[in-house]
Amino acid sequence: MSARRRRDPLARIPRAVLVPGAIAFLLLVGPLVALLARAPWAHLGDLLAGDTVLPALGLSLGTAAASTGCCVLLGVPLAVVLSGADGWPGPLRRLVRALVITPLVLPPVVGGIALLLLLGRTGLLGGPLFQATGVQIPFSTAAVVVAQTFVGLPFLVLGVEGALRGVDRRFAVAATTLGAGPWTRFVRVTLPLAAPGVAAGAVLAFARAIGEFGATVTFAGSLPKVTQTLPIAAYLALNSDPEAAIAISVVLMVVAVAVLVSLRDHWLQGIGR
Amino acid sequence: MSGLDAELRVERDGFVLDARLVVPAHRVVALMGRNGAGKSTAVAAIAGLLPLDGGRVVVDGEVLEDVASGRVVPPERRPIGVVQQQSALFPHLTVAANVAFGLRTQGRSRSAARAEAHRLLTDAGLADLADRRPSAVSGGQAARVALVRTLARSPRLVLLDEPLAAIDAELRPALRDAIRAQLRAFAGSALLVTHDVRDAEALADEVVVIDRGRVLQQGSLASLRAAPAAPIVSRLLDGATD
Repeated sequence: MSARRRRDPLARIPRAVLVPGAIAFLLLVGPLVALLARAPWAHLGDLLAGDTVLPALGLSLGTAAASTGCCVLLGVPLAVVLSGADGWPGPLRRLVRALVITPLVLPPVVGGIALLLLLGRTGLLGGPLFQATGVQIPFSTAAVVVAQTFVGLPFLVLGVEGALRGVDRRFAVAATTLGAGPWTRFVRVTLPLAAPGVAAGAVLAFARAIGEFGATVTFAGSLPKVTQTLPIAAYLALNSDPEAAIAISVVLMVVAVAVLVSLRDHWLQGIGR
Repeated sequence: MSGLDAELRVERDGFVLDARLVVPAHRVVALMGRNGAGKSTAVAAIAGLLPLDGGRVVVDGEVLEDVASGRVVPPERRPIGVVQQQSALFPHLTVAANVAFGLRTQGRSRSAARAEAHRLLTDAGLADLADRRPSAVSGGQAARVALVRTLARSPRLVLLDEPLAAIDAELRPALRDAIRAQLRAFAGSALLVTHDVRDAEALADEVVVIDRGRVLQQGSLASLRAAPAAPIVSRLLDGATD
């Protein structure tokens, strides 16, 4: 390495960055090492099979899968609208895009409160819904899915919109001049060519949903077996049953690694080059 | 009148295309001009991919677009096929499925479209490629498949936008022969965009030269050579421009 560095003077880096860089790396890696070092490996199986973890794991996987499905079903059409928005007035286009990505930068607790104000029993939409049908969304499993969809949608929409814009225009021209109207063109050409982007967006939305805490606990609470997902169970267990909290954390870390592995071709290589 | 009769007026970013293009029935007309002369704009306008600011497009007597009356047939319902410069085969479909694509949009069943696609590829001597992905065929093969795909729908007019430009120079003569055979078996009219006079010599019955969005001259290659209307015409026909 050092011989190679000497050959390329432009690859030399200032020494001053080495120490803070190393601290940053330790800050990123250290907590994960501590988690793995302190994990109760011997009875991890018993902990995961226990009353707290197993229902939360099932609930987390189920709601995250459902919200990922909602993100795809609703987010792909929104991405299609945005990708075709070049003809809109500039300010309108920028405003809509800013609104779409707001959940990315909004504190999740704020998102949860906002969802309560919209869909709560006295909320903007939730009030009339409750009075008309007696149905209330908050503090139900459905509320978990809604909260996860809210925070996950921007990932999917942005990913899919980028993928749709990346589809070469000549394929749309070919499809159109071969007799395909907008729907056929979308279903048989544009969407298949954008499929890797849809998959990557879905994986990111799933990862965001699995990790969701703030919006969920605010909007859906932490009812065991109903709304208590893994992150909430881990937080609550930290006082009562720290080993269970660590076990849950290990599970969530495995999910995160799986996400990284499934995205490695899509993103990490591009960043690495 | 049959064939193509198009009066095109398109204004875009300061460029004005103002040209009447006529292709007699069952003829191949080469549309020639320098880069930026308006050739691709003309193709897009005739195909309906670019709205006209004035004029009309008529194919075999059917009015496809007429600014005066407001009539516009959308591009997917025009009896016009387009072969683009990059052959633009769908990368996620096999060669046979590419050819079948335009038959399916005509309402044919999956199996009927597939059988017809195989028959057409066999006729064109391309049967070996049927099950390959476009990434596994050469540029020249892709250009021929793209033409088969377009002609499969039996359009009344086919627009070929520089079909040979992306092909290596030493492969072009053989590909010209193949395209000529395919066009000869085609019953409709064809407008061939090119800046290479050898394409016009090999494939076209007539030549129309445009420059800066306007028609300079139309006629047989021989008549244009005998009496070029402008220096750019003789330069193009001598093959002196890129």
